[in-house]
Amino acid sequence: MDVEHLVAMANDIANFFDAESGKDRAPESVRFHMSRYWESRMRRAIIEHLQHKGGAGLSATARAAVEKLAQPA
Amino acid sequence: MYAKDYHDLGTPGATGENVTLEIDGATVSVPAGTSIMRAAALADRDVPKLCATDTLKHFGSCRVCLVEIEGRKGFPASCTTEVAAGMKVRTQSEALTRMRRGVLELYVSEHPMGSCPDSSRCELEHLAGEHGIGESRFAAPKTPRHVHTPREVDHSNPYFRFDNDLCIVCSRCVRACEETQGTFALTIEGRGLESRVAASQGEPFLESECVSCGACVEACPTGALLEKSVLTAGLPQKAVATTCAYCGVGCTLVAEVTDGAVSRMVPSRDGRANQGHACVKGRFAYGYATHPDRVTKPLIRKSITDEWTEVSWDEAINHAASEFKRIQAKYGRDSIGGITSSRCTNEETFLVQKLVRAAFKTNNVDTCARVCHSPTGYGLKHTIGESAGTQEFVSVQQADVIMVIGASPTEAHPVFASQMKRRLRQGAGLIVVDPRAIPLVKSAHVEADYHLRLLPGTNVAIINALAHVIVTEGLTREDYVAERCEKDSWEKWKKFVSDPVNSPEAVEQITGVKAGLIRGAARLYARGPNSAIYYGLGVTEHSQGSTMVMGIANLAMATGNLGREGVGVSPLRGQNNVQGSCDMGSFPHEFSGYRHVSDDSVRGAFEAMWKVSLSGEQGLRIPNMFEAALDGSFKGMYIQGEDLAQSDPNTSHVTAALSSLECLVIQDIFHNETARYAHVFLPGTSFLEKDGTFTNAERRISRVRKVIEPLCGLADWEVTMRLSNALGYPMSYTHPSQIMDEIAALTPTFAGVSYEKIDRLGSIQWPCNDKAPEGTPTMHVGEFVRGKGRFYVTAYVPTSERTSSRYPLLLTTGRILSQYNVGAQTRRTSNVAWHSEDRLEMHPHDAEARGIEHGDWVGVTSRAGDTVLRVEITEKVAVGVVYTTFHFPESGANLITTDNSDWATNCPEYKVTAVQVVKVAQPAAWQRRRQAALPASPRDKRTPAETMGN
Repeated sequence: MDVEHLVAMANDIANFFDAESGKDRAPESVRFHMSRYWESRMRRAIIEHLQHKGGAGLSATARAAVEKLAQPA
Repeated sequence: MYAKDYHDLGTPGATGENVTLEIDGATVSVPAGTSIMRAAALADRDVPKLCATDTLKHFGSCRVCLVEIEGRKGFPASCTTEVAAGMKVRTQSEALTRMRRGVLELYVSEHPMGSCPDSSRCELEHLAGEHGIGESRFAAPKTPRHVHTPREVDHSNPYFRFDNDLCIVCSRCVRACEETQGTFALTIEGRGLESRVAASQGEPFLESECVSCGACVEACPTGALLEKSVLTAGLPQKAVATTCAYCGVGCTLVAEVTDGAVSRMVPSRDGRANQGHACVKGRFAYGYATHPDRVTKPLIRKSITDEWTEVSWDEAINHAASEFKRIQAKYGRDSIGGITSSRCTNEETFLVQKLVRAAFKTNNVDTCARVCHSPTGYGLKHTIGESAGTQEFVSVQQADVIMVIGASPTEAHPVFASQMKRRLRQGAGLIVVDPRAIPLVKSAHVEADYHLRLLPGTNVAIINALAHVIVTEGLTREDYVAERCEKDSWEKWKKFVSDPVNSPEAVEQITGVKAGLIRGAARLYARGPNSAIYYGLGVTEHSQGSTMVMGIANLAMATGNLGREGVGVSPLRGQNNVQGSCDMGSFPHEFSGYRHVSDDSVRGAFEAMWKVSLSGEQGLRIPNMFEAALDGSFKGMYIQGEDLAQSDPNTSHVTAALSSLECLVIQDIFHNETARYAHVFLPGTSFLEKDGTFTNAERRISRVRKVIEPLCGLADWEVTMRLSNALGYPMSYTHPSQIMDEIAALTPTFAGVSYEKIDRLGSIQWPCNDKAPEGTPTMHVGEFVRGKGRFYVTAYVPTSERTSSRYPLLLTTGRILSQYNVGAQTRRTSNVAWHSEDRLEMHPHDAEARGIEHGDWVGVTSRAGDTVLRVEITEKVAVGVVYTTFHFPESGANLITTDNSDWATNCPEYKVTAVQVVKVAQPAAWQRRRQAALPASPRDKRTPAETMGN
């Protein structure tokens, strides 16, 4: 998957939930959205990007969301 | 001319309390307000008529429908006289016959018996014959045929011709153009015997304002206005009611068949969606179904650079199945997927997603709604609880204020637009939110109260500003919200929109719309009392498409405009079965009825019925499939009835992905652009060749009925079934009704749907179940589907696609009346007479600054690619904005659109692309390459280079 594109998508989702859920709850809202709508390859790729590339380009909310996503269910 | 076997009742129906009267001795009960003519027809005592027809208001000019009423003097016209309790009417008497004969003889002096090319269906000749009239005593001796000056027959329209010498000047055509279509293109010019029907200022029909809807042709009682197809075909042997396969209005049509071929298409007057009307596409542009370009034999090839080889169905199906098995064995189960089509039936769509989930054993299924209305599903589901429009079309007749956002109904949904214009002519307020001056902004007897001509990409700023005015000026419906919506979300949203950052004054610089206009529009919408929002792809195809849909729902909830007739939020669906394809579980995360695949109980029901284990992990969306193809983890696709290479954005990216597949199976009626990258081509069938159902934009499920036999021998659902069987997952349906029974068994909102019930009721709007056995015209009555409505905070986030010194203009895209979507159908009809190429609309100031003149070829370059189009200079677009359609592959409109997409659904941002436009002398490089490549069909050989200088 094109990680640059996934990063942009994650940041767009975070932009929405920053306003809707508030900064504190936004990461969980973004994580939930990714877990419901992103296929496993996309989730794996963004987690890998966070874990191996430092999550470059991710906004604070998006980064926090991917960290949550990486945690075992 | 009516549809075969249609019984015309003369005047429209009424809705008053029943009154009882006597007609020719028979007791008749009809609603007050009904004409005597209609009451008599309902009692099978038809009164002769010429200027009356039941789709038009009474006119009272022909003087043929006179009757006698006991206790009244004279002979009143039955079309203009309403029934009254206790009235006694005589429709037949010697005096009446004598008067009718006299009048008919006068008509026959202008229209001699036998002069119509189809005399058997000429109402005048039929009536005159019934009254024993052979020839008229009043025919002028020197010019036996014409008292008036003869005129040449107007053959200009490709579908019908006008012979003035057969015209009896009854004005039915003029009134149909006004009342039914709302275009006002026809008039009666001249006086006395020289009175005649004229299109616009006496121009040929093709060059006039006529939109070729055909309402005038159907209304004509003689052969003056007549379909050319009727001139060449004999009388129809049968008539089959079916559903149009073009836009999301879903018109009910009657296909007349002569010698096994469709000889005429007429809108059904029983159709609830279209109410007896149709447009230039539905009524006339069906010829593509038998176009020579149709592919009717299965084809295979090893490589996309090889020539196609014609093979048997078995060989093609087995080859596709073995390739899919090979790929899954090598790359894994999730390395393949399928795409359902909004042009196919519900049953076919359901079957393709079933094949993907049950036979491929993956959830990698998606549909073309991904690229149009997926944000509608997301936005409406989250706010009000159901992924669908809230109203039926007829609801617009109760609207006091209509807001149209990002849609051009007269161009993309013309039959509904005619209904909307009827309400606007009655005085409903109109707010248009669109970067372009769509025809609704100002047309005959219709003018918008407010046109919020915003910059592309600023929808959410506008909706927030409208909400700001409504909230801060105390125009909300607090009682409605308190009863029906979540309190916390309401309070949070109110605080958000009240922030001065969302005021009209603050967003003026962002949107380009004067604050005063936004304030006025907000007050008008809030005032209602019935305010309805209709929106299109100008809302959804943005990076904030889902946010905007939520913003629209917020506005409707805040003002109490949901849950009754005349109000609501209605997405205007682009294709005939977009709603249905979404309903049928075409999205990778949802089963039919919009239920997530991870829901164990839902998945369990499907597993039990399908006798297979299903994945609870959502699959790839279309854009994600392309990404996965490019990274090598996605290798095979089955695409039914879609042309991704032409319709999806950033064509270079799409074709690179398609080229990387090891097996691409296309099922279509034509060699489309995507077929260039295919390994197996399975011939498809048009809507005329199969049974099934379509679901239109108002959730109306209507029957599609087989009119002619499939050209390729198999309906699409039969092909999918064979593929599934070859893959080892058995399917054994013998008729699509069995598939619908399965849909009903598995989908709560369809639980009460069956072919028997659709046939009995004519159509059904879902939800249809125990709670609503005959369907649900208006949703969210009393409470929202999700329980309490939820407001969402919709912060405006500018798109990353921005203008710059290099790309200073914003390109937005849309449709035109005569063409449909990627044009695969309409390009193969005479509709090219109106629109034979996509053009770039540009404001005169922008053109002048670039030395561009009307008709020049211009290069359009974006960050994604470049193309060449012919320019049209017009003030329909604002300074800084350009616009084009995407109906012709050689235009390459999607080569310049980017792969930006909606944050929630990945719906592409077709509506905002930063571009530069310059005058050029030759086509773009890709167009030259395309010209050099093997064409998909002879028509596709055309490029701008070939037509330059013409």
